[in-house]
Amino acid sequence: MSQQHAAPAAPPAPEPTRHRVVDTAQYAMAAFLAVAGAYVVYNGTQLRGGMSADFLPPSTFAYVVGGVLLVLAVLLAVATARGDVAEAEEGEDVDLSSGTDVRTLGLLVAVLCVNVFLIEILGWAITGAILFTGAAWVLGSRHWVRDIALGVALSVGTFYAFYVGLGVPLPAGILNGVL
Amino acid sequence: MDLLLDGFATALTPSNLLFAVVGVLLGTAVGVLPGIGPAMTVALLLPVTYSVPADSALIMFAGIYYGGMYGGSTTSILLNTPGESSSVITALEGNKMAKNGRAAQALATAAIGSFVAGTIGTVLLIVLAPTVGPLVVQLGAPSYFAIMLLALFAVTVVLGASKLRGFIALFLGLAIGLVGMTSGQPRMTFGFAELSDGIEIVVVAVAIFALGEALWVAAHLRRKPLEIIPVGQPWMSKADWGRSWKPWLRGTAFGFPFGALPAGGAEVPTFLSYVTERRLSKHPEEFGKGAIEGVAGPEAANNASAAGTLLPMLALGLPTTATAAVILVAFESYGLQPGPQFMAQNEALVWALLASLFVANTLLLVLNLPLAPVWAKLLQIPRPYLYAGILFFATLGAYAAGTSSFDLGLLLVLGVLGFAMRRFGVPVLPLIIGVILGPRLEEQLSEALEISRGDYGTLVGEPVAIAAYVVMAALLVGLVVARVRSSRSTTPTSVTEKDEVNA
Repeated sequence: MSQQHAAPAAPPAPEPTRHRVVDTAQYAMAAFLAVAGAYVVYNGTQLRGGMSADFLPPSTFAYVVGGVLLVLAVLLAVATARGDVAEAEEGEDVDLSSGTDVRTLGLLVAVLCVNVFLIEILGWAITGAILFTGAAWVLGSRHWVRDIALGVALSVGTFYAFYVGLGVPLPAGILNGVL
Repeated sequence: MDLLLDGFATALTPSNLLFAVVGVLLGTAVGVLPGIGPAMTVALLLPVTYSVPADSALIMFAGIYYGGMYGGSTTSILLNTPGESSSVITALEGNKMAKNGRAAQALATAAIGSFVAGTIGTVLLIVLAPTVGPLVVQLGAPSYFAIMLLALFAVTVVLGASKLRGFIALFLGLAIGLVGMTSGQPRMTFGFAELSDGIEIVVVAVAIFALGEALWVAAHLRRKPLEIIPVGQPWMSKADWGRSWKPWLRGTAFGFPFGALPAGGAEVPTFLSYVTERRLSKHPEEFGKGAIEGVAGPEAANNASAAGTLLPMLALGLPTTATAAVILVAFESYGLQPGPQFMAQNEALVWALLASLFVANTLLLVLNLPLAPVWAKLLQIPRPYLYAGILFFATLGAYAAGTSSFDLGLLLVLGVLGFAMRRFGVPVLPLIIGVILGPRLEEQLSEALEISRGDYGTLVGEPVAIAAYVVMAALLVGLVVARVRSSRSTTPTSVTEKDEVNA
């Protein structure tokens, strides 16, 4: 709309990145806080007043925490609308320049879900190995033999370490009797 | 003195010494490894508390804490990517030194400075802990309530860039802390019987620290390998010693008190130490180009603050850093409740722990100087295995906490929350401290009101309580003043912007 090299008095081209950036995803966070706050308050109303000797009914903390969460939700939504952008966490292996890799995230969550639902049926020795191998694959490792070997070694190793060393029985699942 | 000697006798038994070595090595390794910090490591190791005796486990965790503090500096120096917030400052000068071919000296001053600071810090801890103990026993519930409020408030307000996000984290944590049975009725249990005992803090810690972090990194994995500066045996010349010893001592003086404060942490003292050294240095021109003082001071400060952190944790049961918070969880899984009575009732354990801090510190120096090249190699571990391993052990730790797949589901849900927090810049420390202190806050308030028969005036009836509220008010005023000042300095620019748009 305006050329950079126009008359010196002309306004500089507005930087779109500084003005109209609204981190819309942050509204989802605000909505989550609102839902959480509303549930905490609602849950507080469901609690009985308690005994007469109770000077601090169990609902008090629920009202305070839930109420503040609602306020924070509003504040976050307002801040977002005003162009507040979150400072995402940095790290040694983190590359923030290329955005979130949703596919990797989704696949990892799927791998973790497999473990949640199958651990008691198949047993840790199997689901643990699937977990490690699957996660390594999602993250880009393609050394199948090495990945599977490591996964099995870890899951069987920890199974015995927890059973013998710590006295915590992990589920044996279908390998019950074999392990 | 006898107690301390007994403590050494416990800490130096072969098996405990082994736990200390394992802790120190593991701590340094995870401090060096990207993506894992000492808090996550202790969280992942919580299952050992099921069968290892309390003193051994705590000795190992103390080693991890000190080792992690030290290991973080290695990555800062060699990679310029600090793994822990406490070593951000170290990277400023440390990485410049490494680039100038002085990596060995930077690592040496960090290691020896950590040893000096850790040792002095531990001495201070040993002197102060027994004196603070009897004092805090006299505190009533209103004082406790106020001190805990102060700790929550301070951790939220002092650290981190966005106060709003700090409070979001804190109240999410408090909300998680509400879950469970109260006065015989379920609160916030969503109808799940599994939640009636509350959410296992182990699961929360592992989910937020380990799973959330691993998912976050995985979704933003750097495809290009980082540039690592090769390193030989750490050593220092006479001139380096001469320039390092004063910053070590000054760094210690900054670190310990800040660590001991309810708002503790290592960020502020490392920064103060850096600024001081830059002002006092005889070579100010070297700052920004690799001044050894700028590594020596902050590294001493962060280790001294680690020692300082243990004071409020042992004496009051107040964690002020993420690692201290998770170590507190470990205490609780032994049925131990750090706080006023704790030091008197568990004298042997406390002294063994304090003695083990000396041991850990010495081990750190003896092991880490020769091992530095090995640690640098750790940075080359294939990332798929590293993060797959974190997910594996996170799952294992959470399952072992309750041996139910319900906890694994919970782990996943909270892990996704941990991911979202990193995405939206919400700090994790206030959340975890909120989860730990929330229920105790309610307990103390309930007790205070019980004694006063429901009169809320009792809350300001003790001098310590009043002092805590005054400090909180002062923090709040400071916050508002800073906000007004910063908005004043930005207003003119926004006015001119408007003018330009109107023109």
